[in-house]
Amino acid sequence: MQIRVTVNGVEHVSDVEPRTLLVQYVREALGLTGTNVGCDTSSCGACSLHVDGEAAKSCTLLAVQADGAQVTTIEGLAGKDGSLHPMQKAFMENHGLQCGYCTPGMVMAATSLLKEIPNPTEEDVRIGLEGNLCRCTGYHNIVKAVLACAGK
Amino acid sequence: MIPAAFDYVRAGSAAEAISLIGQHGSDAKFLAGGHSLLPLMKLRLAQPSVLVDIGRVTDLSYIKDAGDHIAIGALTRHMDVEKSSVLAQHAPLLAHAAGHVGDPQVRHRGTIGGSIAHADPASDLPATTLALGATYVVQGPKGSREIKASDFYLGFLESALAPDEMLTEIRVPKMNGAGWSFQKFNRRAQDWAIVGVAAWRRNGDSGVALVNMGQTPVLASSVAGALKSGASIADAAELAVAEASPSADNNASVEYRTHLAKVLVRRALEQASA
Repeated sequence: MQIRVTVNGVEHVSDVEPRTLLVQYVREALGLTGTNVGCDTSSCGACSLHVDGEAAKSCTLLAVQADGAQVTTIEGLAGKDGSLHPMQKAFMENHGLQCGYCTPGMVMAATSLLKEIPNPTEEDVRIGLEGNLCRCTGYHNIVKAVLACAGK
Repeated sequence: MIPAAFDYVRAGSAAEAISLIGQHGSDAKFLAGGHSLLPLMKLRLAQPSVLVDIGRVTDLSYIKDAGDHIAIGALTRHMDVEKSSVLAQHAPLLAHAAGHVGDPQVRHRGTIGGSIAHADPASDLPATTLALGATYVVQGPKGSREIKASDFYLGFLESALAPDEMLTEIRVPKMNGAGWSFQKFNRRAQDWAIVGVAAWRRNGDSGVALVNMGQTPVLASSVAGALKSGASIADAAELAVAEASPSADNNASVEYRTHLAKVLVRRALEQASA
């Protein structure tokens, strides 16, 4: 089936099998491998990206469901000149990562969270990131980074 | 994991969806947000040959004040139920419970109708709408009919929906002035409840339903009956499992679930009565 998806501002027209997962589409068809597959069962959040501005788990979405949508992956957050998005900068400055595997999903979930709650408490951040697991258990600095990005 | 191959068709309206599902037979499934169905398909626990995508039937995404009840379109996302000011005013228990489904990413995509039609006893919204005395509106080739939540759940992932019928609306009675509580016991925030309780009380009436305490969501009628005849909260909570038939899994034994249900019903009633 033919789909038309705008990913990181670039429109793509692609033929996909209906069973193609969105994460498979962005990684394999578009080569955007920043979006990781972790648990592959919509638990861990490593595959989080934005569909029409909201975080979604791309292992549990079909590419055909994103037909017509605006998708943003971790590659689309930084400026065209390579300057980091404020959330990426906050993760770097607060050491919000250890092994880094969950990081793209965490950053995408966190940017979506701040759109919904621009001025979060620490509890808002902890609850708001419930869909993202860090197997290094580096949550403390991740929460610190998100709060720093929110100006706290 | 990639699901087994299937044909994909897209419906623009409920009528078109029902016609498409009729054409493709009982091996076809509706796809709404996909957050219950796609995980099952990836695990090959479901293998429909055709998916009828109803995710774009946007006129079934609404929350309306309909006089004595609130009407919720089946394709309303959990996030929209959670943040609804209409529900916050008239049925806050449902909005609150919707905020406990999965995690934000899941709530951005999953729909209330999908969750109810899936009829998972471990899901939060089937039990919550059951406690609230909701009515479900379903549409089929011969028109629409109403099914009470208490008549809807027939078995594990089995409902009174015929294969060619689609859930279109959830009607929740207004609960202004009721005390309410939603208790969800789990080990990780995003998980299904090991046991959950949705409860409300108003002027001597009450509704209590249990999550993950049997093959279907369970209406704890004995608890409501005991409260009505003047029993204390502690005594009523002892009847929590009268209608339940819990099973054991990796998270909990039958005995532990039974204990949890009684404790959580008591906590829920205390909170709903405060």
